[in-house]
Amino acid sequence: MSRKLLLEHINVPGIHTLDVYRQKGGYRAVEKALKTLTPDEVVEEVKKSGLRGRGGAGFPTGMKWSFLAKPEGVARYLVCNADESEPGTFKDRYLMTHIPHALIEGMIVSSFALGAKTSFIYVRGEMMPQIRILEKAIAEAKNAGFLGKNILGTGYDLELYVQPGGGAYICGEETALLESLEGKRGNPRIKPPFPAIAGLYGCPTVVNNVESIAAVVPIINDGGDEYAKVGIGRSTGTKLISASGNLVRPGVYEIELGLPVEEFIYSDEWCGGIANGKRLKATVAGGSSVPVLPANLSIKLANGEPRLMSYESLSEGGFATGTMMGSGGFIAFDEDQCMVRNTWNFSRFYHHESCGQCSPCREGTGWMEKVLHRIEYGHGKMSDIDLLVDVAKKIEGNTICPLGDAAAWPVASAIRHFRDEFEWHVNNPQLSLDTNYGLANYAEPIAKAVSTEN
Amino acid sequence: MSDKVKVTIDGITVEVAPGTTILNAARQIGGDIVPPAMCYYSKLEGSGGKCRTCIVKVSKGSEKDPRPMPKLVASCRTTVMDGMEVMNITSPEVIEARSGVVEMLLINHPLDCPVCDQAGECDLQNLGYEHGLQKTRYEFERRTFERIDIGDKIQLHMNRCILCYRCVFTADQITNKRVHGILNRGDHSEISTYIQTAVDNDFSGNVIDVCPVGALTDKTFRFKNRVWFTKPIDAHRDCPTCSGKVTLWYKGADVLRVTARKDVYGEVEEFICNTCRFDKKKTADWTIEHPTHIPDTSVIASNHYETLIPLPVIQEDERLKEANRVELEKTTKF
Amino acid sequence: MLKVEEQQPVEFSSALIEKFEEIVKRYPEGKQKSALLPVLHEVQAVLGWLSPAAMDKIAEYLSISPIEVYEVASFYSMYFLKPQGKYVLEVCRTGPCCLVGAEKLMGHIEKSLGVKENEVTPDGLFSWRGVECLAACGYGPVLQIGPEYTFYENLDEKKVDDLIQDLRKK
Repeated sequence: MSRKLLLEHINVPGIHTLDVYRQKGGYRAVEKALKTLTPDEVVEEVKKSGLRGRGGAGFPTGMKWSFLAKPEGVARYLVCNADESEPGTFKDRYLMTHIPHALIEGMIVSSFALGAKTSFIYVRGEMMPQIRILEKAIAEAKNAGFLGKNILGTGYDLELYVQPGGGAYICGEETALLESLEGKRGNPRIKPPFPAIAGLYGCPTVVNNVESIAAVVPIINDGGDEYAKVGIGRSTGTKLISASGNLVRPGVYEIELGLPVEEFIYSDEWCGGIANGKRLKATVAGGSSVPVLPANLSIKLANGEPRLMSYESLSEGGFATGTMMGSGGFIAFDEDQCMVRNTWNFSRFYHHESCGQCSPCREGTGWMEKVLHRIEYGHGKMSDIDLLVDVAKKIEGNTICPLGDAAAWPVASAIRHFRDEFEWHVNNPQLSLDTNYGLANYAEPIAKAVSTEN
Repeated sequence: MSDKVKVTIDGITVEVAPGTTILNAARQIGGDIVPPAMCYYSKLEGSGGKCRTCIVKVSKGSEKDPRPMPKLVASCRTTVMDGMEVMNITSPEVIEARSGVVEMLLINHPLDCPVCDQAGECDLQNLGYEHGLQKTRYEFERRTFERIDIGDKIQLHMNRCILCYRCVFTADQITNKRVHGILNRGDHSEISTYIQTAVDNDFSGNVIDVCPVGALTDKTFRFKNRVWFTKPIDAHRDCPTCSGKVTLWYKGADVLRVTARKDVYGEVEEFICNTCRFDKKKTADWTIEHPTHIPDTSVIASNHYETLIPLPVIQEDERLKEANRVELEKTTKF
Repeated sequence: MLKVEEQQPVEFSSALIEKFEEIVKRYPEGKQKSALLPVLHEVQAVLGWLSPAAMDKIAEYLSISPIEVYEVASFYSMYFLKPQGKYVLEVCRTGPCCLVGAEKLMGHIEKSLGVKENEVTPDGLFSWRGVECLAACGYGPVLQIGPEYTFYENLDEKKVDDLIQDLRKK
């Protein structure tokens, strides 16, 4: 069994209540941090832990905290990003539903470290049940003296509020989230200035993912050095992986970073293999934005070594043969799935979710969706495939926020690795409506697959 | 220590005040190396960064940190650092990315220039000529909207809009109450009032001048004439609400329309009020100054010969002044 | 652009106003616009949708201009700018749910309810639509029903039929 730092007590009945959570050692981190540590010492522990942002970008959390500007007399804010909407990712929903106090405890410790007196948890509006759960848990914590004025008699005040979103994937981008929290349209801001300098209401602000904040609890309890011992290399600690798609046991798993991908998919401790005895065709390792990989490259690196679930190993080989850790949304595709249809589906998602502020993303996402729709429904042309590659290239890197990249990568990678399937669709419009391309050579040894990338 | 910072754009070095954006530094140099800007407007706070046509490559971050920036940046919103080196027209990567942006801007644009009042003074048209492809690769139906009247003097033709947000900033910052805005999301976004509300404000007409395309047009000038057949004349009047400094657009003896005066980058010098713009269309209302200076790149400038003004950098830089002495002397004769 | 002939005036109950006041208190002085998203949710929960009159009223309450409310309400996908059925079935239509049959399920819902996406059944009880990822990919196909956004997981055709029956009886 691998170590569990976040979900250790997830199966304890009543763990969502304050009493049971405290019986299992909850709120120790608050007492330790507020009573025995200074804010800077908390930041130092998080730095030592090597914790990297769990929302997708993987930026070291401790470093992000140390960038926060601290001008005299200006409020500082901590905002928790619970606008989880990346297709394939549902770990934050799971955490907030079952063990909401872990997030609240992390929020208190983190707010203390940053000197925030008011903090917000921005939860996507569709998660109304989770909002109610959090509101209830906050009330419990406040009653027990963990929130409000003079927490545990230490003189530290903190108010914690839950803010609902309105239904927009783009609000997962931190500056769009802040705009939305200010009651505006979720248009990402043009950076610089970064939120650490001018964020919510123009004040210095840190925005962290739910899982990053929850991870602060074990870091403070056991010490940053102890946390850094878990995991592999610069990928320290544990990570929640949301497994979905054609798996025997989809769900949220806490893994130690460094677990081989093959073990994660096939071991009975984890996903238990591909459902209905089918074979694996492809995976998306970190949520829909990251490049899709064929089965062979999902499990092994281009040099034949096993691929591991870690920031470094997943991105090994760059975009030619690698992908990214992203937010840990692991989607498995079996041999019956059509890559063209799936790429179109993801493309429709990004088209729907583009905020429309900058032109390459506003126009390009719609264009890609329409071309992919045409290929999927039997009206594609061979030149459409290269057109898609070109449009994706013209969006990537030229937009205000990373949504443009996120829209371009799935399309570009699908064509990079599954070009023959796209060509088959164009050449067999009628056939492709009724049947699909199948497994092809994607599960064959690596040497064969590498030759398909250009 | 100098309080100015040095920046080099396409090999030309200029010293500018700290906090200047790359775009404004380029405008101080002038000429071809100035990136085009469709959404940035120096007079409107917060504008810029959206259209992405002004993207440039920063090949050297600064003297202190010479690393290049990883992505192309929007020059209108990126401030210069001392020793920064920027590539605009000398970088094939920038040219390619910019033509990509222009293509994106055009795929849903109706390209109805023959019936559009903005033709001849349209930023998108100019951009299209410079960077656009000969033929569109977009084979789908373009998005369309109903035309709507914003008040009785301004017409909104949303099909042509490139969502630069300039008119929204104008309404926010120049007028006292904004009644129009951006509705919906993504490529369904539109400028609208949502419910039929009249825009009733002394300065609302300025949204026509800031619009880079033909999305907001002057109903009093609609279909009256092509701009290149009209003669622009600078004039002023003693106006109680605004500066009263305008450009009158003549056809024969008639004033067909009144606009604010615009600089070489198409930005108005001073915003004018609706009375000057819509109600004063007689020569007798105005004190005539002189023919308007029109940049020689504009189609309106055909038959105007008085625009051979040397670039500001030549006038300021002693070395360039010396090197271009002969040309400069010719220029002064005009 | 919406042409509104005659607007039904909207009055907010004192309970609702109380809720607004509690929400506005969370934010610093002068930042009451932050309350806009939660307030829109509260109003929609009561009225079922956001009529222009309701939005004007909200603008008045938060001391912002009406267009600021329209801009925000039309940006976010959860706000209904048109009347809906009493129960809106929102089915996730994004990748991972499609891998496990969301598209077929949407076809089934269309057949059972007898109305197309975004249309309301003649009895005014139901409407349905496909929505983008609901972040429950491991339990797909999923759907949610507002205003409390109750969640239904691991659906199949039978479960959906039962659900519709139950709602009809309510």
